[in-house]
Formats: sequence, C-alpha cells, structure tokens
Amino acid sequence: MTDEPLLRVSALSKFYGSRVGCENVTFDLWPGEVLAVVGESGSGKTTLLNCLSTRLLPSSGTASYRMRDGQWRELYRMSEAERRFLMRTDWGFVHQNPADGLRMTVSAGANVGERLMAVGDRHYGRIRATAVDWLSRVEIDEDRIDDEPRAFSGGMRQRLQIARNLVTGPRLVFMDEPTGGLDVSVQARLLDLLRRLVTDLGLAAIVVTHDLAVARLLSQRMMVMKDGRVVESGLTDRVLDDPRAPYTQLLVSSILQV
Amino acid sequence: MTDIATYNFAYLDEQTKRMIRRAILKGIAIPGYQVPFASREMPMPYGWGTGGVQVTASIIGPDDVLKVIDQGADDTTNAVSIRAFFKKVAKVAVTTETAKATIIQTRHRIPEQPLTAGQVLVFQVPIPEPLRFLEPRETETRKMHALEEYGLMHVKLYEDIARHGRIATTYAYPVKVEGRYVMDPSPTPKFDNPKMHRSPALQLFGAGREKRIYAVPPFTGVVSLDFEDHPFEVQTFDQPCALCGAENVYLDEVILDDHGGHMFVCSDTDHCEKRRGDPTSSSWGDRAEGAGGADGQSSPSSTPIPALRADPPHNGEGKEAE
Repeated sequence: MTDEPLLRVSALSKFYGSRVGCENVTFDLWPGEVLAVVGESGSGKTTLLNCLSTRLLPSSGTASYRMRDGQWRELYRMSEAERRFLMRTDWGFVHQNPADGLRMTVSAGANVGERLMAVGDRHYGRIRATAVDWLSRVEIDEDRIDDEPRAFSGGMRQRLQIARNLVTGPRLVFMDEPTGGLDVSVQARLLDLLRRLVTDLGLAAIVVTHDLAVARLLSQRMMVMKDGRVVESGLTDRVLDDPRAPYTQLLVSSILQV
Repeated sequence: MTDIATYNFAYLDEQTKRMIRRAILKGIAIPGYQVPFASREMPMPYGWGTGGVQVTASIIGPDDVLKVIDQGADDTTNAVSIRAFFKKVAKVAVTTETAKATIIQTRHRIPEQPLTAGQVLVFQVPIPEPLRFLEPRETETRKMHALEEYGLMHVKLYEDIARHGRIATTYAYPVKVEGRYVMDPSPTPKFDNPKMHRSPALQLFGAGREKRIYAVPPFTGVVSLDFEDHPFEVQTFDQPCALCGAENVYLDEVILDDHGGHMFVCSDTDHCEKRRGDPTSSSWGDRAEGAGGADGQSSPSSTPIPALRADPPHNGEGKEAE
C-alpha cells in the first residue's frame, strides 16, 4: 500500500430526473484494496458503479484517478477516447451477466486476446500463448480455447470474463454482482479464484453485491447503501460484526442461518 | 434518339450529381472514411451496383470512355447492362479495353493491367463497414473509426488462424488506408489488395443501399492487415490460365461438363483476350464502342471456347454479391 489513493470520489450524485440514483457519495480507494458496495436492490449500487466506471455521467461531484504515470486525472473531464483507452487497459469491468462482457460469437482465445490486440499486439503466437496462460489461471482447460463462450457453462463464462478483463494487467476492476446467478459450489470456487487473483496481482476492486458473504470474503472495506445514500462504511469485519446504522443491523440480521 | 431526350445527362439530375460529387470530394479528402450520401433509387435493384452507378453517373462526362467489369469479365449480365445504361443515358463511348478506359466501374476485381494516372476505378460495394459482422451497432462502429479502435478487426483475423491455421479471409480483406482508416476494399479477392497500394488511379467506392461513399486518392498507401507471424499473402495458383497461359493473374474455375471436367482461366477477360490476340476480342470491342444500338448481344458462338462465355463462378463465396 502506498500513501496515495488510487481513486478519489467526492460528493458524487446522479439523479434520474427528480429521482435519486445515488447522492453525495464520497470515498477514497487505495491500490490493492477491495471495496464492497452492499445494499438492497434499488439502493443505487449499480448507478454508483456505472458512474465510477464512466459508463454513466454523474449529475454532480467529481472522481479523480491516479494514472500509471502518477498524474491525477479528473475522470469526467477526460475525452471519450482517453476514457475508453483507460477502460481497456488500466481498468476492467466484470458484468453480472457474462454475455454483456464477452463476445459470444468469437472463441474464448480471441475474447482474451481482444484487449491485447486493441493495445497494438500484432503477434499471433504471443497473443495465443497469453490466452492459454490466462485460461489456465482461471481454470479453463486449454483445449477449450477455440470454443465459443456460448458452449460454456455459466461459471466458465464468468471466469472467462474475468480472464478477458485481467489480461492487460489492470489496476482497478469494477465488478457488478460477479457471483450472481451461480450455484453455491461454483460461487465458492469463483470467490476463491477472485481472492487469489486479487491478492496475486495487487488489484484494487470495487465489488457491488447484495450478498454479504461475498462481501465478507472478498473485501477489506465496505459501504452500505440505502436509497442512494451511504448509510455506513468501514472495515468489512467491523461493519458486519458490529453494525451501527439501523439499516445495516437489519441487513446483517436478515442473513439466513443454515 | 428522341426517346432519351427525357433523361438528364447520365440519368441523375444535376442537384443529385452535385450532392454526390461533394461526398466524393470529402471522401478523397479523408482517404478511407465512409461519407454518408443521399443515395437515390436507380432503375436497377439494390445489389446490382446502384452505388457504383451513382458514382459513375456523377463523374462521367461526354468525353469519357467507360469500361464495366463484373467479376473481371466484360460480358456478364451486370457489366453488359450497366454499359448499355450509360451508353443510352450519357451517350458516352464504351470499351472493354482497360488501357482505353477513363472510367472503369468494377464489381469485385481490379484489372490485371496496371492502371495509369487519370483513370478512375469505381467499385460497387455491398457492405462498406468492415467491422459490421463483428460489431452490429452502427453508432459503435462509427465511434470505433473516430477513435481509431481497430483491435476488433484483428480479432477476426485471429479467429481465422485459430480455426484454419492461417488467415482464411480471401475476399473483402480489410485494409488500412494511409495509416488511419480501416476500410473494406469491397469483396474483391485479396489478390487485388496490393494493386490498391499507391495506385496512380483514383479509386472510388459507392454503396447504394448502405448510402456510403469512400475513396482512395492516387498514390495513397493501402496496407492489408495481418499479424507479424502470419503476414498477409495473396492467393497463388499452381497452374497458369488454360487459355492464355498467363501466370500471376487471378483465375476463375470454369466447370466444363458433368463429369468433373474443369479448367482455370483468367477472370480478367480483356487481359486474357489481349494475350491470346483473339481476333474476336478486338472486333467485339469495336462493336461495343459504337454509339447507340443494343450492346451485350455478344453471341457465345463468336468465340472458339464456349466455356469462356459462360458466367464465371462468383468469388464471393456465399456472401451476397453486389
């Protein structure tokens, strides 16, 4: 961990007409830190994530990102070309539905290789070797490299999506319900994998989830949202073990005990 | 000839030609960039070269000599009818000889004989967007062109190598123009791609249904995309043309009978006939150059080899040819 954060978000708000998407969100994210954003559906988690990843423009507020050269850049003042370049090099976005983040009609290898080709790699052998390496890191057999993701199971698709995002060595990954729609054993393996990759690569990540167990496993810090506002934030263990805001207490006590 | 007095010169009205010329000028100013234009209804169906015909109609003048080829041949339906069209509505001279033509409208070939400065090659384009089959959203592909995000184009080539062990794209092979725009050279065989590079002739592309015009000005760099370890290469044929013996030209396979008999002949009929010194070739050419009269009645019996007069097989394997 360095002294300087990676991302600084200040008073970020997004309104859909008179309705609130998210309001007055302020936080810093440090390199290598995993921040979980939890809350019930409609609480503004995804709006916040989309604003941060510049897929949506906020109504007010600022977000600054420390680029690889150490320069601070205001995200919403960058040109679209710069934002898109950032999106496919230094950032990753893992969608809840893998079909949104993958090209379903090209092979797994090409899905992983696309970002490399987008940043100018023009050597087939090298691209393929990198794709093979990344597939093995996300536990996909090498002989599935030429199969289309359509032929993959949900868990495999999600792992492929993760490989596709991490291949350029991003520093910040946004994840929107990465384990949504997967059964529990597949979820468990995916979480193991994510935890290992995040630690190995020193990734910073913002994970949106409504699953408190996922948040506990993955994240060091946590923000609880309700009606577009952050009602509580702090270390994940502290928030889950000693919730202070009434809503957080409700949320934590709503976990089913098996 | 009173019946054609009702047509404006070259069929299109002057305002339309002006609009198309503006699009052409913009295209020339930004090599490889697809300029939208208000494509008109033409007296032929989409897919038969409505884009090319509009471009030709806008640039042709009374002194021009027009050649029209279809898959390299001067005597197939599309070529014959477009040539007859311009002979009727513009009363221009037409020819089948590459060297004599000032404007060559082409469907999917570039003549074997090198073009010279002052000639204009007009391509008929079915799908101008090279990224179309990879990214169906037009809003997104325009953005990708604007921001020069062409990684996706290589994804297609990657897929080819992964599936076939080599780049299996043989036509509509994507090129980069003057180091900037990625362009679809229309479904010409990739054999013709190198001919576009720094060609002294002006190359114009018209897509009627898709309403796009683009251009490659003379002496402009046109580079076929490839990988460092899988460089671009053109088709090769292991035998020469069965009629004229030409090598290093693009050949069509012609089926001769129902027993598997076939031969490979030049797809460029003018080139082949010239090489053979075929007397029917020159007389046919002369006949075609005469003004007025129905063209395209070239009888199969006028040539010693009937197979040559048959429509050559189309190169655009399975793809909608235009």
